[in-house]
Amino acid sequence: MSPFLPDYIVSFLPDAIQLIYLVATAFFIRGLKLLGSPATARKGNQLAAIGMLIGIIVTLFDQQIISFEWIIAGVLVGSLIGAVLAKKVAMTAMPELVAVFNGFGGGASALVAWGELSKFSDPSLMDTTSLVTTGLSIFIGALTLTGSFVAFGKLKGFISGNAITFPGLNVINIGSMIGVVALIGVFTFDPTNQTIFWIILGLSLLIGITSVIPIGGADMPVVISLLNSYSGLAAALAGFVLGNNLLIVSGALVGAAGLILTQIMCKAMNRSLFNVIFGSFGGDSSSSVSSGTDGDKTVRETSATDLAIQVAYASKVVIVPGYGLAVAQAQHMIKEVATKLEERGVQVKYGIHPVAGRMPGHMNVLLAEADVPYDQLYDMDQINPEFATTDVVLVIGANDVVNPMAKTSPESPIYGMPILNVDEAKRTVVFKRSLSFGYAGIDNPLFYTEKNQMFFGDAKKSLQALSEALKDV
Amino acid sequence: MTEIPLILLLFIFVLACFIGFELISKVPPTLHTPLMSGANAISGITIVGALIVSGADSSLMTQILGIIAIIFATINVVGGFMVTDRMLEMFKKKGDDK
Repeated sequence: MSPFLPDYIVSFLPDAIQLIYLVATAFFIRGLKLLGSPATARKGNQLAAIGMLIGIIVTLFDQQIISFEWIIAGVLVGSLIGAVLAKKVAMTAMPELVAVFNGFGGGASALVAWGELSKFSDPSLMDTTSLVTTGLSIFIGALTLTGSFVAFGKLKGFISGNAITFPGLNVINIGSMIGVVALIGVFTFDPTNQTIFWIILGLSLLIGITSVIPIGGADMPVVISLLNSYSGLAAALAGFVLGNNLLIVSGALVGAAGLILTQIMCKAMNRSLFNVIFGSFGGDSSSSVSSGTDGDKTVRETSATDLAIQVAYASKVVIVPGYGLAVAQAQHMIKEVATKLEERGVQVKYGIHPVAGRMPGHMNVLLAEADVPYDQLYDMDQINPEFATTDVVLVIGANDVVNPMAKTSPESPIYGMPILNVDEAKRTVVFKRSLSFGYAGIDNPLFYTEKNQMFFGDAKKSLQALSEALKDV
Repeated sequence: MTEIPLILLLFIFVLACFIGFELISKVPPTLHTPLMSGANAISGITIVGALIVSGADSSLMTQILGIIAIIFATINVVGGFMVTDRMLEMFKKKGDDK
């Protein structure tokens, strides 16, 4: 755009752009701050979006930019795809969408670094710092791209949600990572060597696949948070390549945010990040662990009419949703049941485990979609003291997060994981398709306790039956 | 490109990381998903880099890489902010609306 502007403005432009970048940064920080409270979150997101718009528009005045046809075409195509995806996606498919967006972000950062590199007909003219950051940006960006798409495939069911692994996979992964870093070092000294560049790119893409493939479905909240962090880091690294402050600050903010979420998720499962990434948790490998008391394993079944009477005359009911709720798309039906109970004067609360579902806060979004007010949703720490005074707990599609073995059985793979203490309630009712194991691949002694009843079947249909039965109570 | 010394960029990076930690560490679990997808949209800031790379008068290779980068980043930005807004629109307190 600069060719059309008078000289005295052109000379001032670089500083002006930097100043306006600073404004955009302020919008991001303020936006993230407001995203931290339910009352202001929407405004926060909008502020961040405005900051982004400011950043994009002012960049168009950069003197390096002289052709706009391709830019306009690219922005139009991208906006269209992004908007359609954002509008069409079902709330239950939110983890997949977040994974995909992450992947595109990471991929874009890798492409930016690669593009900058390709500007130099002789890459050895680039300084060492730029070469190192270019290599790292391509590494992190590329692995975010493929890793996110593998996560997407797992969430969507294209790829098995179980931990897919084979002996030596971890060794290969760690070896490849070290290899890429070493190759980036070599590349810095020999930037004209195309072969090294392609190996770095190829290995990075491969690492994304092989490091996410062995991670089980229940660990997805950690993986998605971590990939989110990577996409920020990739943007920051691209910022180092271009010497662009806006990219560095925004990327760092996102990187930190993703890392905190990762940490919260790991803590909620009582596992280290290392264990999540290299532990290949979930699936059949751990099913050899015995459930403790074999012998008498009878379950008590309940029916819609039976359960309707129990909950209708209860004074407090707590609903514990899990991934099964999302699979059955039963969020509206549970709300219907809850409303009917509230009309009868029953106190209804929702107890939500931090890692319930496939991404951080997954259950909260689903229930929000069904118009459940967020002040009815309780965190693990808030709800746990309340179970002792609860008449009926409805466990819907959750398993491992209510498994008492986490407290009682040191040899169990989930031992030490903080759980929802539903076994303290007067009665628990588990909505489940069958007696199959949860993602951790272990049995749940809760099912066989005297206080527990099973309501077998599809969660949505079961809740529908319950709702019908409540009419006649 | 205005050359900013690496050490200065590193300072900015590290300080921004600390701001990020401070900003996010007390977010309630209810908002974890919107926070993540909102932050995800912000990571689409790499679109600024994509614009700079693809707008320059340079080789075909650079142009192609730039244009793909723009498309990817725009999907991330537009989709990310829109879907976050869609989610947050649904978050209601008891007694709100209706």
